[in-house]
Amino acid sequence: MSYRQIFFDGLWRQNTGLVVLLGLCPLLAVTGTVVNGIGLGLATMLVLMFSNLAVSLARGVIRPEIRIPAFVLIIASVVTVIQLLMQAWFYDLYRVLGIFIPLIVTNCAIIGRAEAFASRNAPLPALVDGLATGLGFFLALVLLGAVREIAGRGTLFSQARLMFGELGETMQLTLIPEYSGFLLAMLPPGAFIGLGLLIAARNWLDSRSGRASAGAPVQSAPLAETGA
Amino acid sequence: MSKAGRNSMLKSAASLGLVAVVGTSLLAAVNFLTAERIVAQERRVMLEQLGQIIPDQYDNVLLDDRFGFQDEHYFPKGQQVLAYRARSQGEPVAVVLKFKAINGYNGDIGLLAGINADGSLRGVRVISHKETPGLGDYIEVEKSDWITRFEGKSLENPNRSAWAVQRDGGDFDQFTGATITPRAVVEAVRNALEFHASHQQWLYSSPAGAQNPAREDPAK
Repeated sequence: MSYRQIFFDGLWRQNTGLVVLLGLCPLLAVTGTVVNGIGLGLATMLVLMFSNLAVSLARGVIRPEIRIPAFVLIIASVVTVIQLLMQAWFYDLYRVLGIFIPLIVTNCAIIGRAEAFASRNAPLPALVDGLATGLGFFLALVLLGAVREIAGRGTLFSQARLMFGELGETMQLTLIPEYSGFLLAMLPPGAFIGLGLLIAARNWLDSRSGRASAGAPVQSAPLAETGA
Repeated sequence: MSKAGRNSMLKSAASLGLVAVVGTSLLAAVNFLTAERIVAQERRVMLEQLGQIIPDQYDNVLLDDRFGFQDEHYFPKGQQVLAYRARSQGEPVAVVLKFKAINGYNGDIGLLAGINADGSLRGVRVISHKETPGLGDYIEVEKSDWITRFEGKSLENPNRSAWAVQRDGGDFDQFTGATITPRAVVEAVRNALEFHASHQQWLYSSPAGAQNPAREDPAK
């Protein structure tokens, strides 16, 4: 499998958020703003890269019958490390994302990649696969965050100082001045509707370029089976 | 069980154990490296929140001059209340109580209320809530100035019956479509003021750091 193909799979054909539909809980819950999406997206991407790398490095040691508990241990350790680092350096963002950082452990996309890819491939391809899958999830989070923030508040990058400090103050854009807000977009139903629209847009782009059959969700069965 | 079977079982256990040991050592190392910084961050955020209520006028270390207590009557649902004492040359200036309004529209509303030694409110801030965005979140100081209207209020101003939202015949505004949220906040702040009125001496004299200092209830 070429690196080009790994990237194409992670970003588009098997996109975790828009095709495989794993990790929906954080995807729907934290995407009220772009900044929240960026924060959780980066954290999930880092976890995916390091858990894939660790699983691949340990694949000679881990016997098949105990691989699932071993993967869970590895993923939980990586998530806790990221959580501690975030608390130490991005404490304000950590307070906003709150419970969703430890809950990255339960994102089935991560154990899915460990089982389906990292445990069968060398460290470098596994790391690249983590990066590509994480980037795909990151983009889905940021896109959904942008759609909901523009529709719900008429702004982009609000609260950017949580992530970028002083620099963030200048990043906030008010796209629609004097906007009274559209509550539905900020509430959970708005997340579902926004995700539905994104999936529809992705499928439309796919069918237009004649790749419709390549991205059919049924083909992701080996991934989907690893967790709900 | 055959010898081969036992061997393979032992190997599995050993490899799982190895993963656990490596993972735990990594966690211990990262925890050791970040622990100090995380405590500093928590103190910084707490000090920022307290600073919105009491910017200066005290000379003690606010964060360390605090204690925790429980009181089911004024602060229900078994919540742990924290009291931070601000003093100037040993004299009481104000006390900031950290507590929760328990009957919000969607869960608890975390509050900080600063009460001057004369019983008037120095300020109130919401530090956490899950109220509806766009409806109930006007209690945040970033969204509206509603919460600042508590400043200067006390149990005498307005009087007891006016410590309610307008819908209930009181003095405090509510927001269109959201009465439950401000009602919960007004009620909780009034309870805090009443607790302060009957326990002021005790609030300032309890030793710092104690979790549940003994209290003589003046009501008895």
